[in-house]
Amino acid sequence: MPMLTLDDLGVVRSVEEDGDRVTVTLTPTYSGCPAIEEMRADVRASLAEAGYTRVEVRTVFSPPWSTDWISSDGLRKLAEAGIAPPARIGLRSSGPIPLTLTPPSQAVRCPQCGAPATDEISRFGPTACTALRRCPSCREPFEHMKEI
Amino acid sequence: MNASHDTEQNAYQSLSETTEHDDPRWAFGTGVEDVAAEITSPVPDGVDPADLAAYCLMLGDDALLCSHRLSEWVSNAPELEEEVALANTALDLLGQARVLLARAGHVEGRDRDEDALAYLRTDAEFRNVALAELSDDLDFARAIARLLIFSSWRLALLHRLLGSADPVIAAVAGKGVKELTYHRDYAARWTLRLGDGTDESHARMQAALDALWPYVGELFRTSDEERRLVEAGVAVDPADTREEVDAVLDQVLEKATLTRPDRPFIGTIGGRSGRQGVHTEHLGHALAEMQSLARQHPGATW
Repeated sequence: MPMLTLDDLGVVRSVEEDGDRVTVTLTPTYSGCPAIEEMRADVRASLAEAGYTRVEVRTVFSPPWSTDWISSDGLRKLAEAGIAPPARIGLRSSGPIPLTLTPPSQAVRCPQCGAPATDEISRFGPTACTALRRCPSCREPFEHMKEI
Repeated sequence: MNASHDTEQNAYQSLSETTEHDDPRWAFGTGVEDVAAEITSPVPDGVDPADLAAYCLMLGDDALLCSHRLSEWVSNAPELEEEVALANTALDLLGQARVLLARAGHVEGRDRDEDALAYLRTDAEFRNVALAELSDDLDFARAIARLLIFSSWRLALLHRLLGSADPVIAAVAGKGVKELTYHRDYAARWTLRLGDGTDESHARMQAALDALWPYVGELFRTSDEERRLVEAGVAVDPADTREEVDAVLDQVLEKATLTRPDRPFIGTIGGRSGRQGVHTEHLGHALAEMQSLARQHPGATW
């Protein structure tokens, strides 16, 4: 998703500068997200290009990333690129996690034609974070970034 | 963030692309322990490091073996969408396994990283439950039945581990709960489609549950390490998850018109099972494949 910066995606947890030393802390989106290695390499390369010689990129897992951490700019850029952005989910109530056996929600707007209701083809798309959907109005398939 | 490139990019170039600071990729040495702040956290007060390492291996090996079995569906699933779904699920579990194995390696202090623990242990050193290691024999109903049981149980475990005194286990639980919630929903929906589908799909889904049911009892056995770690606030007693897991499975099976199998627990050998390193013959076969590259080319990177 090259249209998003790491900051838009909400994976940059902190940047600390101490003289010529920079420590950047990232958090992965999913436990097995293979892109975290690329993100670390990109951060190091960009900082090296900007003249920083002592760069440390750390990763933390806690607290877990949520799509709620994507910036408003990030949501807008996703939609402009034809990827339906995730809805805001807020805090989950406590207690056992309910099982969901109902059909997938249709309440995802088509990023191509704006139709308000679309169908889920598959919960799992080309990357861990997206689902595949199709619009019954314009017939275009598209990706939806799943709420997590 | 875009790094600038002097040369035109293509797929092959980006695979071999390295910068001065780059790590080797897709092989040994991409180690999470180098980068994940939590993994080197001190062992919580009052906790025996050997117990904590064993517990991290239990939770990590469950995820690793289940991930490996799911990954066997790549290029074998009935539909492309299911192949992608199973591969994605495998990737989530592999991610959980990597962190837990790295933590186990750090805590035990024997200079073994996640790669050494995954690729260089023998079957008797693995601590996973049998349910995670069994072969599906490329029976899709078997894959769905295992994922339904496994994810229902693991979700119940990780949900209780959100407050673990060990920061790594708590962090894995925090991410894992979100992931296992949709793994379980996926498996439950397929159980419904197959169980309440055609006569053939119903019979095969029931047969898959019948075949796996003798391995369900092991999920709720409590090992000595777990018993001690419950005291220290690090672990949960798996026996405490039984009621919740049963309720979830009953709900799914009833809607899917399937019968809860009435099969006895397969039993233990001298009181020992997966948590103590006693496994089915399936594990050796799985490891032979999973470890073959690492054992033939130790330390390989490319």
